[in-house]
Amino acid sequence: MNVLTENFSTFAKGFLGTVQLTVYSSALALALGFVMASFRVAPVRSLRAFGTAWVTVLRNTPLTLLFFAVLLGLPRFGLVLPFTVFAVLALGCYTSAFICEALRSGINTVPTGQGEAARSLGMTFGQTLSQVVLPQAFRSVIAPIGSILIALAKNSAIAGAFSVTELLGTYRIMSELGYNIIWTFVWIAVGYLIITGAISAVFNLLERRTGAAR
Amino acid sequence: MVVEPLIELDGVNKWYGDLHVLRDIDLTVGQGEVVVVIGPSGSGKSTLCRTINRLETIQSGTIKLDGRPLPEEGRALARLRADVGMVFQSFNLFAHKTVLANVSLAPVKVRGHRREQADRRSLELLDRVGLASQASKYPAQLSGGQQQRVAIARALAMEPKALLFDEPTSALDPEMINEVLEVMRQLARDGMTMVVVTHEMGFARASANRVAFMADGRIVEDRTPEEFFTNPRSDRAKDFLSKILKH
Repeated sequence: MNVLTENFSTFAKGFLGTVQLTVYSSALALALGFVMASFRVAPVRSLRAFGTAWVTVLRNTPLTLLFFAVLLGLPRFGLVLPFTVFAVLALGCYTSAFICEALRSGINTVPTGQGEAARSLGMTFGQTLSQVVLPQAFRSVIAPIGSILIALAKNSAIAGAFSVTELLGTYRIMSELGYNIIWTFVWIAVGYLIITGAISAVFNLLERRTGAAR
Repeated sequence: MVVEPLIELDGVNKWYGDLHVLRDIDLTVGQGEVVVVIGPSGSGKSTLCRTINRLETIQSGTIKLDGRPLPEEGRALARLRADVGMVFQSFNLFAHKTVLANVSLAPVKVRGHRREQADRRSLELLDRVGLASQASKYPAQLSGGQQQRVAIARALAMEPKALLFDEPTSALDPEMINEVLEVMRQLARDGMTMVVVTHEMGFARASANRVAFMADGRIVEDRTPEEFFTNPRSDRAKDFLSKILKH
């Protein structure tokens, strides 16, 4: 029980590490996912092919394998970065494939007539997407994107295996110090619940806000 | 009537897979002319209308607007579409924007007008279609007839050279059809170049300069409304008219 109070700074460091990984990876995943979703519905064939390939490769690769590929592979090509940055790259790229597909399914819920009307008024592809289609797709993708980001927060635990400071990794220090493993895991679980609960709360709020806009 | 041609279709063919939906279409629409396209469903009239601003691509033939062939893709095509308004059967107003924002969006984003200036012009246009009082509502709060009139105002806000109507009254309750037709009649009187796909024979008789009758992907007859309705030449048109006029 007292494992938390006696080692608060270690837990706090792990917690903040997970928050940091989650925030940066989410930002990268959302940005990349947005770009890839645009590619997948673009009128240019090569962009569509690139988007499809991106999703196919990243969504079907086990995340641990992707971590190995990034952390061990990229340095071979002369790209040496802090492990945390590598972890954000791996997590962000992996999750972007799921974000892309959620956005694309949201885009598909918008009637085709909306896009046709925008194009018939002379809007470009980018304007049609940003002014007409995505704002209407947004509402239906809030819930799935919330789930994807919660999964990302939990997936960030894999980074701990690559000596990135994060929440789950604190159990190793605690067990070396001889603390009861059960209580260590309980507090770690509470830490994850705080993060995922916060993500849920933000997305519930977003859902309610956009719901009222109609 | 000798007028400058605005829309010229020459030998246009289109297939959906094996289905030959447009067969050697030749059609010229002059400046200020109103051409009504009628025909049985599945005859290709909506497709024809949609090829003119390239919402549908064609496999052969040429379509020229103001003497210039339609661009294939990209910004040049967007520019051309800005000059050709389109009114859809299902209205297609932007559901997340108010009536005023629907009308002002393209003038601001495409023409680069300032918001206040665009809104002022939009209100004038909404007034013209009798809906200035509804400007702050969302499309879902309006009746079908009102939505379609907003859609016409939205198309007019771009100051188009021509307007395409793809069955504008087919999704409307009978009592709302007339309010939309009245706006269209007014546009026709004001000299707007219009291509109208419709089943409203009254509108065709009263406002069209020419009637193009389509069947099985071909334009079978292309004549003045008086000639067409009183004395159709082809059996196909006679058959069609006897079915729709005798009930």
